[in-house]
Amino acid sequence: MIDLSIYKTLQAAQGDMVLDINCTITKGQLVSLYGISGAGKTSILRILAGLMNPDKGTILVHEQTWLDTTKKIQIPPQQRKIGYVFQEYALFPNMTIRKNLEFALKKGQDNHSIEELIDLMELGELQHRNPHTLSGGQKQRVALARALVQKPEILLLDEPLSALDVTMRNKLQDYILKVHRQYQLTTILVSHNIGEIIKLSDHMICIDQGKIIQQGDPAELFSTNKISGKFQFTGEVIKIQKEDVIYIVSILIGNTMVKVIAQSSEITDINPGDTVIVASKAFNPIIQKFI
Amino acid sequence: MIDWAPLILTFKLALVTTIILLIVSLPLAYWLAYSKSRIKPIIETLVSMPLVLPPTVLGFYLLMAFSPGNAFGSWLDEWLGIRLIFSFSGLVIASVLYSLPFMVHPIQSGLSSLSPTLAEVSYTLGKSKMTTLFKVLLPNIKPALLTGIVLTFAHTIGEFGVVLMIGGNIPEKTKVASIAIYDEVEALNYGAANTYSLILFVITFIILLAVYLTNGRYLKKFLK
Repeated sequence: MIDLSIYKTLQAAQGDMVLDINCTITKGQLVSLYGISGAGKTSILRILAGLMNPDKGTILVHEQTWLDTTKKIQIPPQQRKIGYVFQEYALFPNMTIRKNLEFALKKGQDNHSIEELIDLMELGELQHRNPHTLSGGQKQRVALARALVQKPEILLLDEPLSALDVTMRNKLQDYILKVHRQYQLTTILVSHNIGEIIKLSDHMICIDQGKIIQQGDPAELFSTNKISGKFQFTGEVIKIQKEDVIYIVSILIGNTMVKVIAQSSEITDINPGDTVIVASKAFNPIIQKFI
Repeated sequence: MIDWAPLILTFKLALVTTIILLIVSLPLAYWLAYSKSRIKPIIETLVSMPLVLPPTVLGFYLLMAFSPGNAFGSWLDEWLGIRLIFSFSGLVIASVLYSLPFMVHPIQSGLSSLSPTLAEVSYTLGKSKMTTLFKVLLPNIKPALLTGIVLTFAHTIGEFGVVLMIGGNIPEKTKVASIAIYDEVEALNYGAANTYSLILFVITFIILLAVYLTNGRYLKKFLK
C-alpha cells in the first residue's frame, strides 16, 4: 500500500500551480494517473521516486516512511525500491542493450534476472546492439526491462507509450500487463490515452490543476452514467464546422474519424481537443467484420 | 642548432597543467552544470576571467601573492619551504589559473547538454552520484573532454604574459618557448626565433586540426 500526501507549489507555464494530492494506492494494482498535460501527473511520479521534493508531505510505502517533511525523513532515490520508465526512454548511449541492463544490477546480484528479462521482453536479438540503432518501441522495451532488473516492488511509468504508433502501443501494453502480473508489481501509469487506461488499469485517478478531481474504475468513469446508450464511444473533438443552422463535429474515435451533426445548444461548452462521449440509442448499429 | 630546453619545458608545463586541470575541473564543471546556488554566477565569472583579463594582470597579482615579502609568500616560505616565484611550481599554478576556463567550459557545456533524465535513471537504479558521473555522464561527453584537454594543452603552450611576470626567464627552469622566441628576437637571432615559432606553429596547428577532425562541434561552440 502506498500512502501519498504531498503539497508543492509548481512553476507551470500558466503561472504557479499548487500540487495538493492525497491518495492511497493498493498493493498489486495498476493505477493510472489521467489528466491534461501540465496537470501535475509527472510531478507526482517524480516526488514518489525522490527525484523531486515536495514543500511538505509524507509518503508511506508498505509501512515504511520514504518521506516525512515534518520529521525531516527523506530517503534518496537510490534506496527507494522503484523502477522508473521515462517517456524519452533514456537508454545510456555509451552502452549496448545488454550493458544497459547489466548496469542496473545491484552489487552482488547475479545475472539471472537479466536473462529472464531478455527472454520475457524478447530482447535476445537486440542485446548486443547500441541504443541508437533501435526503434522507439524496442527502446521502450529495453527501458522497461532495465527498470525491472533490480526486481522493484513499484513500477512508475511516465507516459511510456505516447511516442509510439498504435500497433507498437498495443504490443507494449501487453508487455506492461505481462510484467505487472509476473512480478506482482504495484504499477503507476501516467497516460492520457483513454483506451490504454481502460485496457490496463484497475483504478484511475483523474488529476486537474494539481488536484484529484475523480477516482475509481476507469471504464465507469469514462462512460458516465448520465447517458445510457446502446453504443457509446469516447473520442476527441478535432474540428467544429458551422453549416447553415447546424454544426458538424469531427470526432476521432480510436483511429477513425466520425462526423456528428449537432445543434448549437449541444456544443456550447465543447471545443476542439475536448474528450467527448459519442452515444446513440435511437437505432441499431450494424456490426460487420472488418477484413 | 637551437636549444631544445625551452621547448621541452613548454611541453612539460603544458602536460602537468593539463593533468592538474582535468582533476580540478571535473568537480568544478559538475558543480557549475548542476548547481542552483546563488553564488554560481560569481564562480562562473571568476572561472571566465582569464579569458578577458590581460595575462599580465593575473601574473602581477600572483607575483604579489607569492612574493616572500608579502604575508602569503612568506608563510609558504617559512612553513612549507616553497618559493613559488621564478620556479617551475609557480609557473604550474599560474598556468592552471590561466587555462582554467579552457578546461571547465567544454566539460560544463558537455554536461549541461546531456539530458538530465540520464542521471535520474541512474539514480533510480540505485547508483550513486559518483558512479553516475564516471559510468554514465563522462563516457557520453567524450568529445567535450577531448576538447577541454586539447584546448588547455594548446593554450598553455601559448602562454607568455603570465609566465614572464611570475617565472621570469631562467633557462631550464622557467624559460618556455614563447619567452625563448622573445629573447632571440631581442638578441636579433631571427633564425632561432623562426625555428621556435615554426615548431610551435606546426604543433598547435596539428593539435587543433586533429580535434576539429574528430569532433568539431564543441570546439566551434567554444571558439565562436
